[in-house]
Amino acid sequence: MKADIRVALVGNPNTGKSTLFNALTGLNQKIGNFPGVTVDKKIGYSQLPDGRRAEIIDLPGTYSLYPKSKDESIVFSVLAEKATELTPDLVIVIIDATNLKRNLLLYTQVADLKIPVIIALNMMDQAKKAKIEIDVELLSQRLGVPIVPVSARKLEGIEQLKNIISYANKLALQMDSIDVKTLAPALIADISEEIDTDNPYFALQLAHQHETLKFLTPAQSDRIEELEHKHSFHSQKAQATETIARYNYINDVLYDTVHTPVTAHDESVSNKIDKILTHRVFGFIIFMGVLLFMFQSIFAWSAYPMSLIEDLFVWIEGGLRSVLPGGPLADLLIDGVVAGLSGVIVFIPQIAILFAFISILEDTGYMSRVTFMMDKIMRKVGLNGKSVVPLIGGFACAVPSIMSTRTIENWKDRMITIMVTPLVACSARLPVYTLLIALVVPHKNVWWIFNLQGLALTGMYVLSLVSAVIVAYVMKFILKARERGYFIMELPVYRMPRWNNVLFSMYERSKTFVLQAGKVIIAVSVILWVLSSYGPGNRFEKIEQTYSQPQYTKTMTPDSLKRVISTEKLENSYAGVLGHTIEPVIKPLGFDWKIGIALITSFAAREVFVGTMATIYSVEGDADKIDSVQDKMRNAKNPQTGQPVFTLAVAFSLMMFYAFAMQCASTVAVVYRETKDWRWPAAQFAYMTVLAYGASFLVYHLLK
Amino acid sequence: MTLEQLGVGETGIVKEFTDLEMSVKLMEMGCLPGESVRVSRIAPLGDPIAIHVSGYQLSLRRFEASTIILQ
Repeated sequence: MKADIRVALVGNPNTGKSTLFNALTGLNQKIGNFPGVTVDKKIGYSQLPDGRRAEIIDLPGTYSLYPKSKDESIVFSVLAEKATELTPDLVIVIIDATNLKRNLLLYTQVADLKIPVIIALNMMDQAKKAKIEIDVELLSQRLGVPIVPVSARKLEGIEQLKNIISYANKLALQMDSIDVKTLAPALIADISEEIDTDNPYFALQLAHQHETLKFLTPAQSDRIEELEHKHSFHSQKAQATETIARYNYINDVLYDTVHTPVTAHDESVSNKIDKILTHRVFGFIIFMGVLLFMFQSIFAWSAYPMSLIEDLFVWIEGGLRSVLPGGPLADLLIDGVVAGLSGVIVFIPQIAILFAFISILEDTGYMSRVTFMMDKIMRKVGLNGKSVVPLIGGFACAVPSIMSTRTIENWKDRMITIMVTPLVACSARLPVYTLLIALVVPHKNVWWIFNLQGLALTGMYVLSLVSAVIVAYVMKFILKARERGYFIMELPVYRMPRWNNVLFSMYERSKTFVLQAGKVIIAVSVILWVLSSYGPGNRFEKIEQTYSQPQYTKTMTPDSLKRVISTEKLENSYAGVLGHTIEPVIKPLGFDWKIGIALITSFAAREVFVGTMATIYSVEGDADKIDSVQDKMRNAKNPQTGQPVFTLAVAFSLMMFYAFAMQCASTVAVVYRETKDWRWPAAQFAYMTVLAYGASFLVYHLLK
Repeated sequence: MTLEQLGVGETGIVKEFTDLEMSVKLMEMGCLPGESVRVSRIAPLGDPIAIHVSGYQLSLRRFEASTIILQ
């Protein structure tokens, strides 16, 4: 889409930046990626009062142009790189009126880059409540920039802001803040000449950040490095001096423009809430309650929409089958593409619900308290206070949980969380567990109240969490940290959630998932369909021929004949052949080739196991009826020994396999989408397969 | 004495830092020499702590607090 003016939105975290972005652009936004990094790029469009269109780029929240994380490093490079498709004509710095001092630091840095800038002074209503008096007029004069008071939540001042955008100057008219040149005079002069810039702050920033900036040529970067050595420039010392100088300037500016009472009103209310929510006893109880409620809701509330989606797709498949002429093309469309599509869409309820919760937790400020409370425990195992939510969300589904790890700023903590989340027993494992447990664990009570089957299931859930923690602990030593781990984090004031943002986030995450992970899932689904519906040579024709002979057609009902044929076909398909091929490998785990087929077909989604078992054992009637599948499996005998196939050892070995193996194409796709590097999902797949094989082997031989 | 040694509700004034890298981050967050800091609470497990500085609440680990020397 073409735009007349490009505007970048910059600000501290927790200033209402995304609320302002949503208020300016409405649903008219798209999400992409900044080139070469995994940071989400949010771009939206806004119609200005003079009829022009503004393109608005939402940059990651940061406290300073000196980045503490990969996300934050985007801010300077977008602002500084000249003449790209992202270079802004204008920057809006959004500032929290209740915390002017700290917020103005970033403003002064941006202003010194000499890009036209305007200030959106957000949360004016909160500032008034806290009795903070701001002389906006005078402040605006002092800084030499337009200041627009807004309340992004209440949509106040948005039109005024759009007006100011449309009048904005092409030239930067703001006052200089500090005398940048005095920070490193000789170095700045040399770099300015080398890079050909007349902006001393740009030159100084290049000295600090040249190693990570992609728009510098290696030669330029090397040259800057040389100059640094020549002038014995110490980046951190210079940053410290600069920050102190900036705060001195800010104190001067604020001296007679802002009057702050001793205790802010909002803070004291927040303080009271904190006393309860971070209490050493109640804090944890409340947190457990919140998690339990979230977990239950994801399960309970998604059940109905999910079954609606499934029904809808059954209806679509039925409709297509009756409309389309039969044949491989129709089968490909229905059993491959449509089935794959349904496998994607069916996740939307869980994703939307989890993100509704997460966005409420973040918006209210509770998420930072969770991090605050859990940091000590989680740090011990290589995780982060914020890893708690993805891990618990993993009990419902790893897909939205892995998407939610973006709230973890620290790269290493986030990667470890992504790597271990699929170990947590997700809801797709439940049908597999219930089927197998019911098969081998007697239905009786121990110690009066505990049902043996229930205990086995609980055991599987506990095991999943324990294994995630252990793997995280091991990975803590394997992964190298890219940045030093900090925990210097703002605890924002408690606020009511913004329901608009909650809806946006539900919509946005669902859309991202469908568009980005969807492709992979459909592709895998099509491949699996080909594997299970075609066989080598003319085996399929032979099966058809055999069963068209009168001794079968006369003696069997059409239904049972169809069932026998599909069983035979599956056994002789490529998937069946593969099942035979991998039999020697899985034999030590106690699995035969039939289970091998189920392992292959359930690669895309674990719950397919039950359906495959039904087909392999030609279950009569409704294949969804777990009881009939169970009966068939219970009676299955090993043709050589005559012993039952599904012994206690085999069933538990199989459960171990499903507990640890990465049998989920959606997770693989979403891990790729979140890490932007195929090596991560590959490594995850590899370690989980090894773990699954090891655990199954061990359990099989212990129980045999 | 360092910020780490303050108890809940106690106030001090930042004098200097022992860790340069950490000091840069802390100062960006408004925790500068001359600023007054008050420990507002300690996490249930004893670490991290939350302090009140330049008009808002900041949480940091004990180790990080120990790099802040008070007057």
